[in-house]
Amino acid sequence: MGSLVPFWFIVIAFFWTGFFILEGFDFGVGMLHSVVGRDDAGRRAAINTIGPLWDGNEVWLIVAGAGMFAAFPGWYATMFSAMNLALVLLLGALIVRGLAFEYRGKRDSVRWRRTWDVLLTVGSLLAPLLIGVALGDLLHGLPINSSQNYTGSFWDLLQPYGIFTGITLVLICLLHGATFLCLKTTNDMRERSWRVARSVAPFTAAAVVAFIIWTHVTHTNNFFLNPIELLAVLAVLTAVWLVYDHHEGFAFAATTVTIASCIVAIFVGLYPNVMVSTTNAAYNLTVRNTASGAYSLKVMTVVALILLPVVLAYQTWSYYVFRRRVSRKEFLASPAPKLQPATPQGTRNPPTTTPGVTATSGD
Amino acid sequence: MNVDLARWQFGFVTVNHFFFVPVTIGLAFLTALLQTTWYRTKRDEYLRLTRFFGTLLVINVAIGVVTGLVQEFQFGMDWGAYSRLVGNIFGAPLAMEGLAAFFLESTFLGLWLFGWDKLPRLIHLLTIWAVSLGTLLSAAFIMAANSWMQHPVGYVMVNGKPQLNDIWALFTNPVFLWGYSKVIFASLVTGSMVMLAVSAWQLRNGKDREVFTNSARLALIVLVPAILFTLLVGDELGVIEARYQPMKIAAAEAQWTTCQPCSFSLFQIGGGNNDQTPTEIIAIPHLLSLLATNTWNGKVIGLTPLQNQYTQQYGPGYYVPNVFIQYWAMRVMAYGGMVALLIALWGLWLIRRKKLATSRRFLWLAIWAAVLPFLMNTAGWFLTEIGRQPWIVQGLMLTKNGISPSLSTTWIAISLAFFVVLYAVIATVDLLLMLKYSRKQLPPARAEADADAPVPAVQY
Repeated sequence: MGSLVPFWFIVIAFFWTGFFILEGFDFGVGMLHSVVGRDDAGRRAAINTIGPLWDGNEVWLIVAGAGMFAAFPGWYATMFSAMNLALVLLLGALIVRGLAFEYRGKRDSVRWRRTWDVLLTVGSLLAPLLIGVALGDLLHGLPINSSQNYTGSFWDLLQPYGIFTGITLVLICLLHGATFLCLKTTNDMRERSWRVARSVAPFTAAAVVAFIIWTHVTHTNNFFLNPIELLAVLAVLTAVWLVYDHHEGFAFAATTVTIASCIVAIFVGLYPNVMVSTTNAAYNLTVRNTASGAYSLKVMTVVALILLPVVLAYQTWSYYVFRRRVSRKEFLASPAPKLQPATPQGTRNPPTTTPGVTATSGD
Repeated sequence: MNVDLARWQFGFVTVNHFFFVPVTIGLAFLTALLQTTWYRTKRDEYLRLTRFFGTLLVINVAIGVVTGLVQEFQFGMDWGAYSRLVGNIFGAPLAMEGLAAFFLESTFLGLWLFGWDKLPRLIHLLTIWAVSLGTLLSAAFIMAANSWMQHPVGYVMVNGKPQLNDIWALFTNPVFLWGYSKVIFASLVTGSMVMLAVSAWQLRNGKDREVFTNSARLALIVLVPAILFTLLVGDELGVIEARYQPMKIAAAEAQWTTCQPCSFSLFQIGGGNNDQTPTEIIAIPHLLSLLATNTWNGKVIGLTPLQNQYTQQYGPGYYVPNVFIQYWAMRVMAYGGMVALLIALWGLWLIRRKKLATSRRFLWLAIWAAVLPFLMNTAGWFLTEIGRQPWIVQGLMLTKNGISPSLSTTWIAISLAFFVVLYAVIATVDLLLMLKYSRKQLPPARAEADADAPVPAVQY
């Protein structure tokens, strides 16, 4: 059963990657909703592009954490204890962000909505930043002693590489969110999303290239980039080109590959370690010395192999159901949903071809 | 000091989380029932009720989900030594919960809310049932994990560490089977008492009295069997716990000496952790024997002999849980259950007399009775979790040994303060929103002609 240990490392990396692909654009939309939506209707439209999806996306984080707990208890215990206060902040960010989605529209007061807008923006910025610091710290290393316990202080968590990983992830999420909004909004909002994407893209590209080089030199002395690092660089450069060349769907695909390959690059750099010890390389946490017993891994493998395809199937279906664009128009008339006959909503195609949205007034 | 702070933090966030969990489980089920009724009868008032209570469900789910994130993380954050030792057993149901339940719940809640006008009616109805199924599954996995802490099964010791060797044992653990049933029935009690209270307020103060008579009736029809089963299952759970965690039951009666047969005191004066001879007020003979052993003359071993037995078995230490909390938690739960049962039966009688909508006294009581299930649920968890102390896993690991060694007192104090402030704010916001939307008018009825038109989706 020894082969299940590396397999579960891949599974954990898969959950983290899936989380960033999906929640990455949610974070981006959260950060950008007030930029792309200039009034309340616009902000609501931006939020509703991810309305039905964000909660399911966030579960990927929970499963990544719980998967570590079950498959690598030693990793889960050391990482979560070491990063205690950072995780408290992260939880705070995720809590206010999650509530912002549900509660923002529940009162008509301007102050109420502005407050949730600010919380949504700040929460969506802090979450990828903090998770980035955490993932970066795994690879850079933390003071860990021979019994797998963290011996540093809160400030030891703030390593330059970790912080840069966080900043890079924020920038990727911004671009990823912007290309997502290009796909999901209409008229002026769509234009503004393009403008945001164009202004963010060069910074994201610079950060990703620097991040990949830094990641590379952190884990190896080998001169050449490994394939996944190369892919990340190529993907982000392609994304910039596609954004400037106005290729809607492909630009989003490129930012998806970018964020995925950056996360995978961290995990590839880590393996077979799961946490590096700066105290002594002999104290490194590895997949072997943190893994659960063979029986536990076997059980979890069976469960994951049965459930994961089902989960992927219905999540894909929900993306299909909510494939339409969200227009600001839908939010102009009524502040709260009323039980009256439906009016046509959303539009699949650009404005001019759509009955529900006439191009005359713009947004 | 660290252990106390970390326990306060765990207790605080968990009790808070469990204010919302049973409402979610209960209301999701009831909302699904309402929508099913609408689907089958096509009567517009059931659609309006589905939307109305669906809104309350969503407000509540939001806070349940975000406080649940904290639950998932804090085992590692504060209880690192515990996580390291038992993660290969305890972590498994948690990971299954994420895969089997959380994905289901969150994805289908999105489909239900935003899919009103996008899915065929039958499919849309199935999405709310998927949400309800998700909540039920989620409770199952977390209860399997918790029951393992009460009565560890399905493992062997390898080099002094417990290793999982039988996953089925976790799901056939008698503590799990009875504990899970109890949580589900208690959640149905909570959900239906909330629905009853909201309907009662609307019947007293609102405009759509006929419509809310329907929801009040539905709530009562669910409440009566749910509360009966909660009491019955609770009794059986007591017997199971008396077998595996005798300290818990002895402490719940503040029974320091062994007794046979044993009486149950309605109240006591004095008592607690340092007073072993409290004044018992109205002792009901044989009742404790019945509760703890299901037999008329059953024997209940007292705290003092148990303490002696545990010192021999596990070495020096104090193995008696907090007797004061156990004793009163037991009574809050039991008496609360009795009061809830009486209210439910009164309501049932009023339905028979066709006076449910007009009995102002009953409606007034039903509104305030909404506080009861929350008190009972909290007391129940006090009984379960504080009664397990000083163990974090009964017989395997002491709570004081489970904490993360790298934590400093300052860290825990900061995070505790952070969560107290944050939770105070969000719980207040949640309560205000729940009250606001409970007092809202129903969405307007649709014209006959629109009966087949798509229902507009909910949007943020």
